[in-house]
Amino acid sequence: MSKLTEIASARRTWAWPYVLFLVLFVVLPLLLILYYAFTTPGGDFTIQNFIKFFHTSEAVNTLIYSMAIAFITTVICLLLGYPAAYIMAMADFKTPQVMALLFILPMWINFLLRTIATVELFNMFGLPLGEGALLFGMCYDYLPFMIYPIYNTLQKMDRSLIEAAQDLGASKANVFTKVVLPLSVPGIYSGIVMVFMPTVSTFAIAELLTHNKITLFGSLIQRSFGEGGIAMWNYGAALSLIMLIIIAATSFFDQERDHDAQKGGLL
Amino acid sequence: MSSAQLEARRRSRQLMAKRIGGQAYLWLLLILLYAPILLIFIFSFTQSKVFGNWTGFTFHLYENLFTGYDSTAQVRVDPNLYRAIFFTVVIAIGAATIATLLGTLAAIGLFNMRSRARKSITFLNSIPMINPDILTGISLFLLFVFLGISRGLGTVLIAHVVFCTPYVVLSVMPRLTQMNPNLYEAALDLGATPAQALWKVMLPELKPGMISGFILALTLSIDDFGVTFFTKGSNGLETLSTFIYADARKGGLTPELRPLFSLIFLTILVLLIIMNIRTNKQMNQNKK
Repeated sequence: MSKLTEIASARRTWAWPYVLFLVLFVVLPLLLILYYAFTTPGGDFTIQNFIKFFHTSEAVNTLIYSMAIAFITTVICLLLGYPAAYIMAMADFKTPQVMALLFILPMWINFLLRTIATVELFNMFGLPLGEGALLFGMCYDYLPFMIYPIYNTLQKMDRSLIEAAQDLGASKANVFTKVVLPLSVPGIYSGIVMVFMPTVSTFAIAELLTHNKITLFGSLIQRSFGEGGIAMWNYGAALSLIMLIIIAATSFFDQERDHDAQKGGLL
Repeated sequence: MSSAQLEARRRSRQLMAKRIGGQAYLWLLLILLYAPILLIFIFSFTQSKVFGNWTGFTFHLYENLFTGYDSTAQVRVDPNLYRAIFFTVVIAIGAATIATLLGTLAAIGLFNMRSRARKSITFLNSIPMINPDILTGISLFLLFVFLGISRGLGTVLIAHVVFCTPYVVLSVMPRLTQMNPNLYEAALDLGATPAQALWKVMLPELKPGMISGFILALTLSIDDFGVTFFTKGSNGLETLSTFIYADARKGGLTPELRPLFSLIFLTILVLLIIMNIRTNKQMNQNKK
């Protein structure tokens, strides 16, 4: 017995290097964002960085605008992606995985290059590079992230539930709204999070898609670390902290849902 | 024809129409998704420096890419492109290797931990996956500045290990839960040293998870832009992503990128097709 516990405790230690690594390179850096956000370049405590943000209407507007763009992108991706995932999961193709793979394959091409190609596509058709191009490019880049999780949950769904609903006299619309849709909610939530989080924080795509005409919140953060010089880092850290809060809130919302889904599954 | 037959016909026709409609929708989306890639592919066969400008069919860009010399313009192809390719590959392989080792050990350790400790570490492990690249990048940037570490290859490598390892942990974990927990102890009882038990008993069991984790890490590393951007410093270290970004900001795009990515895309397409045929064959064999 003592030998067994000895072995078990020995193997428990195998995670320690990674725990140390996580503390040093994940926890500490996040704490540093917090530290820089609440200090002056000299290292004194201040909330000036946040006051500056809330008093710069341009910065606040950029945040609101970025969230709106991310929200619209997420909605468009959901409206376009859900039917695609549904058709793929329900159809009895000989090789449904091939279809799913075809949707993921574009992600293997560097996303910046794909974005530049999208810009070129707009140029060829003489379309202006503005909000439209931005939304199109964002949806184009992140649509696979919406399709895949929904497709996964729909595919794992117990098909006999649909048959049962049909046998019990549910109409096609009812089968969808009362059986399929509720069961795919976990997939929808992870799809929403997987699209919303990167779009709300993106910084390169918007620059390329609109030729710097539209600034998103991510670009604002990037600029305070790039062109701003050391004097702007604390302000940049404050902006990063605001972003971090948005991300944490979004992911928390997803986790809550996950638990609900698991509970539902157990029942 | 009876009305029942007519009804059946109408139904099957409706079903057909629905299926065709569904298929058409999928293909339309795919065409949209592939349009920009197709554009890159098409314009890899013309010489024009400007992307989107067709000046006749030629393999010149492919030639330039492989010889490193543009014989028409009589200039060398930007040597930074090759450096970027080199560093992308080195960083990806390095980060994926470290992440696989670190992540596999961590998964084994986590698996043997008490549930409370396991839960809190699993939470820590999920942070890099949830964090958008800009926040991972900036937080690490601040760390390196704070500690006075000059940024370069080493810091990029560490940063890539940060966002790759969680995926390795998640790919190895299921293999551990599926594994018979007594195998390792049995090996020890039968006289194996812990190292032998790890190497000969556990590793073969975990290998599929490690391989998929490694491949995932590789792709994440190659595709990364945001984290690299903030951790690469200003000593001229570029990966393909940051190289493309710098290039695009300058206004032009090195034309040799077009054949490069066409070739990468074709290679992956062929690999996926081969993999698919193989799994299909295996599935058929299993059915027999």
